[in-house]
This record gives sequence, structure tokens and C-alpha cells, in this order.
Amino acid sequence: MRDVPAWREPAPPDATMGDPGARGRFGEYGGQYAPESLVQACREVAEAFRRAWADPGFRGELARLLALHAGRPTPLTPARRLSQALGVRLYLKREDLTHTGSHKINNVLGQALLATRMGRRRLIAETGAGQHGVATATAAALLGLEATVFMGERDIGRQALNVFRMRMLGAEVVPVTTGSRTLKDATSEAMRHWVGATGDSHYCIGSVVGPDPYPWMVRELQRVIGEEARGQCAAELRTGVPDYVVACVGGGSNAAGTFAGFAGTPARLVGVEAQGGAGAARGRLGVLHGCRSLFLQDDDGQIIEAHSIAAGLDYPGVGPEHAHLRDLGRARYVTVTDEEAVGAAVRLARTEGIVPALESAHALAWVIRAAGDGDLPAGSTVMMTLSGRGDKDVSTYKELL
Amino acid sequence: MTNPALAAGTVERHLRARRDSGRGLLMPYLTGGITPGWTHYLRAFAAAGADAIEVGLPFSDPTLDGVTIQQASHMALARGASTRGILAELSGMPDLGVPLVVSTYYNLVLHDGPGAFCAALRRAGVAGLIVPDLPVHEAGELTDAAADAGIEPALLASPSTPQPRLAEISRRSRGFVYAVSLMGTTGERAALAASAAELAGRIRRVTDRPVLLGFGISTPEQAREARRHADGVVVGAAIMRRVLDGAEPDDLRDFLATLRQALDASPRPGV
Repeated sequence: MRDVPAWREPAPPDATMGDPGARGRFGEYGGQYAPESLVQACREVAEAFRRAWADPGFRGELARLLALHAGRPTPLTPARRLSQALGVRLYLKREDLTHTGSHKINNVLGQALLATRMGRRRLIAETGAGQHGVATATAAALLGLEATVFMGERDIGRQALNVFRMRMLGAEVVPVTTGSRTLKDATSEAMRHWVGATGDSHYCIGSVVGPDPYPWMVRELQRVIGEEARGQCAAELRTGVPDYVVACVGGGSNAAGTFAGFAGTPARLVGVEAQGGAGAARGRLGVLHGCRSLFLQDDDGQIIEAHSIAAGLDYPGVGPEHAHLRDLGRARYVTVTDEEAVGAAVRLARTEGIVPALESAHALAWVIRAAGDGDLPAGSTVMMTLSGRGDKDVSTYKELL
Repeated sequence: MTNPALAAGTVERHLRARRDSGRGLLMPYLTGGITPGWTHYLRAFAAAGADAIEVGLPFSDPTLDGVTIQQASHMALARGASTRGILAELSGMPDLGVPLVVSTYYNLVLHDGPGAFCAALRRAGVAGLIVPDLPVHEAGELTDAAADAGIEPALLASPSTPQPRLAEISRRSRGFVYAVSLMGTTGERAALAASAAELAGRIRRVTDRPVLLGFGISTPEQAREARRHADGVVVGAAIMRRVLDGAEPDDLRDFLATLRQALDASPRPGV
């Protein structure tokens, strides 16, 4: 768990977390390992996004949606009582306060807007916890698009309220009954469906995974988290930059967006994975769902099913840029257990009055553990992204507590 | 440039020779390790007149396969099938008289590295390789390793592939060009897709390599129709559904014989 490379302090300006180029590479990771039938569709998305991202009109329209519909900017909240108890100065980037309750909306509004520019009339999405599915259904409703969301049968069972929310928003939710019946299989099924629907549908991937341009595009659309937080830290902190920047990692979209705002600073970046879904900490080189990255595999190269109490972290791999940041030593990836995450959620609820999503509770669990064992030196300033709120997990918490 | 037919490997030489004799090419597919006696199916395929045989190495996440081959893959893995075990059984088989082509997803190729993977194929008597999630612009490391090991990697072309890219795929493909008949996953269909004829025609404009149409070709009628546009067909899900339903090697030999007859009775492309 702690056998990680030594910290590498970047000398700004730093090209880390820049443009991965036409081949979509982050070091040896990334790329476009898509079936030939999806290559043209991926290239069209890449070209459209490059043009849109350079277009002030698109950026302005997205900023307007993020402000008026999603409620950005989100605050940076000092966790005063918890900080006092831990002996560090902890600030929370409050993505839990966005409309629909998690950072997923940042990415989805961007991709939905892109889809309308591309003349697509339908969004396809996969979802684990249901947060990306709900965000996709929301953006589709807002922009007058149809939405089809693929969700593992097992996740449908444990996230029943999100399933209902998606249907209430007008989306079609398709249960996926193959494999582990979780996010990995929902992603496979969404890709299969897209192969036959590229003409009228945009595949709205929810994390920094998939074939180029998705890992880069989703990170850019989530960059708003890190850039806002960077500005807020500059205004709030005496040092201007936190000592540590922490986020949970499933596929890694909130972490990628957060890290992108701090990659050029001396802040130490920490990604926190679920013990049973630690692609960055324990994965080996492979290709799945269109990209070359790190995946949990058995001795024969078969993908191992991830197991986490947090449906959003139940993915056996990690986005290719995280694999690269790990190799560079620019970010460090650690794991926490289900029990540590639940304990952290309760602690945040009782000290700060915030019930976090189980995913976000993983990030906090590492902060609590590291503050206790000295991994986080006393007095450190920590900026942690609280990626989502815990409403969707209340029944899970209720069963455990 | 040397004569492409002379520079070609085993698969391509074999397929070219049969095509040039006027024969419609038939490449049946079997998921390796699907039953304890799975290699008996391969013998039945050869006896029924297959021109090449495709053996799938099952992968946990077959993202380009429809339900039938997904089920077959999971069943094979559940009974303990592995790349190593399947290749060991292949290497123990007598020569079937037709080339063996392995198909699998790139994760299994990368597992020991493309070089070691291709060398293992070669040792098992395999001549060709199909990797459906490896598009031509990512294929460099595999095509280099395959060339060193004497393995012919066939690349896939799709109805959505633009013409200049089709030319590149056809140039870098070895053995044959795999024409994906439709925009979809593997699996049986009611009729041959209209996109099949168009794609096969576009490929044949840029290459002399054998062109095999696959995905969705399930019946003798569809094989006959496909043969009007391409050099031959790949049949997978229609075989695997029968295997999953309990068909024996003899049953599959009878089914393949109907495909063989349909191909033999069909006019050649452009005739």
C-alpha cells in the first residue's frame, strides 16, 4: 500500500496534465483501442471537442449552464472541527453541493452541449452508483435530448432511488445482466450499443476512461473543480497552495479534474482508491474499454471483478492519465477499506454536518488515517474534493450503522 | 516490391490458392475450451470443408461480441479455459490441413507482451491472428512482433471506415482482410446487412488480398449472398449457438456442409 515512488516536485511551468496529442497518449497509457466500427465516431468526437474547447462561444455557454443550472462555483469549506481533531488544516471542495449531487454534472453538461453541436439527438451512458446516469438524464432533459443509461443489475438493486430519478427525468434505464452486473459490464454494454448507434447518438462516458479523446475530454470538463479550488486556495490560504490535494479515484474523473488545477504547483497529489478496486495501486498493464491503462487481472489476463461498498469505485481499472501520474511519481495512489470509508462518513457527518457519498468518504478516510499515523505531517494544509453527497447512500449507511 | 502472393504467409497463400481455384472461402469460429472435447469440433470443421479455422481465446470482457459469444466466452472461462491451456491443446493436435487463426482481445495479447504471445501462437501451430479491439493506428507493436514470429495479423474493416483508411488497413493486414458486415456486434441476424456488399466492394477496389465477410452471417442463404460480394465468410455465432444448445461435432459438420454447398453454388464476386 505504501510502496510508492518518492515524491517528484514539479518545476513549474509543468506540461503534466496537458494535451495528450493526436494519439491520445499519457506516457505509455491511453490511446484508442476501439473496434474499427467506433474509430470514426471517436475521431468525430475528438475533432468536435477540440473545436468547441477552443471556441469562446461554447465555453461561454457551458459556463452559463454550470452557473445557472449546476450551481457553480461550489464553495471551498474549511472543516474547522475535524481539522482541530486531526491536527491538520482541511478544506473541502464542495462538489456535493452541485445540482444532482456530485461532480458528474460538470462533465455531462459539457458532453451534452457538444452532442447538440454535433447534431446528435440521444445520449448513451453507463453508470455505477447512478450519479453519472442521473447527471446524463438531467442534461438530456435540459437540452432536449433522449438518454439511454446502462446500469448493472446489482447496482440497480443497491441504488434504487437513482434509478427512479433517471426514469422520472425521462431516461431509459437498461439493466445489464452480464458478468459482475456492475459498472464494468455496464460500460461494455454501452459500448456495444454505441457501435450500432453512432449515427444519431453520442456516448457520454462518465469518467476519464475509454478511447481517446474521452480521458482527456472528461478531464478538461472536470478541470473546473481544480481551477476553482486553486483560485479559492490562493484567496484563503496564507501559503496560497495547499500542501496536499486529495480525491477519491474509481475511474478517476473528480481526481483528474482536481489534480489538473494543481499539477503545476508544488502540492502533493493523492488519489484514494477502494481496497477492492485499486486499479492504480495494484493493477497491471492492460487494455479495456478502449484504453491502455492499469487493470486488476488474474494470472491469465482476465479482468478481475472489483468489490467496493461504493458503487462508483467498483471499477477494476483506472484512467490512463492516473496510471501515468503514478509512474511519474507526480501523484500517489493509496487504498482504504469499506470500514474506514464508512467510519469517515460518520465522522464528517458529526463534526461538520455533512453526509458524504461513500466514494468521497474514501478520500476523507485516507486523510483521517494519514493524519493519525504521521503520513500527513501535523499542521499540513489539505485540499480534499468532496465529490458527492450521501443522499444516495443513506440506505447503505442505515444497514451498516 | 515482390509478388504479394509469394511474400505472403501460410494463411494468405492457402486462402489465395483456394480462392484462385474458384472456391468460396469458409472460416468457421469456435470458442476455445468451450467443452472438454472442444478440439473435436475443429476436426469436424476441417472435414466439412473449412478453408481456415478461427479459434477464440475467451476474454472476460468481450466488448465487441453479442450475447451468444459472450455466453460462450463466460462458459469456457468458467470451466477453466485459459490462453495457455487452449494453445497447449492446439499444439497437441494433428495437422488439420487448413490454417488456424486465433482471435482474442488485446488485453490477452499484452498480458505477456505481443512478442511472447505471437511466439506462443507459433509454437502451437497457429498461423493467423484477429484482434477486434486493435484498430490499424494502434497495431504497430503487434504487427512488428507478429512479423518476427511469422504470425499473420488480419485487420478489420468496417462500414464506417473511410476509403483512404481502408487502403491502409488492406495494405497492413496479413492473411486476409476481415470485413465487418454491419455496424454492430457479433451475432446472428435475419438477413445480410446492406452495408456488407458496399464494404466488400470498397475493399476489393484497393486490394487483391482475400476478403472475408463476418458478423451476422448465420445461414446458407446469407453465405451465398455474401459470396457474391466477397471471397468468403466467417461464421461464428450461428455455430456457437448450436454448441451452447448441445450440438455435437457431427451436427456442426452437417451445418457447415450446408454452408459449404451454398458457397460452392454461389457465383464469384463480380461474375
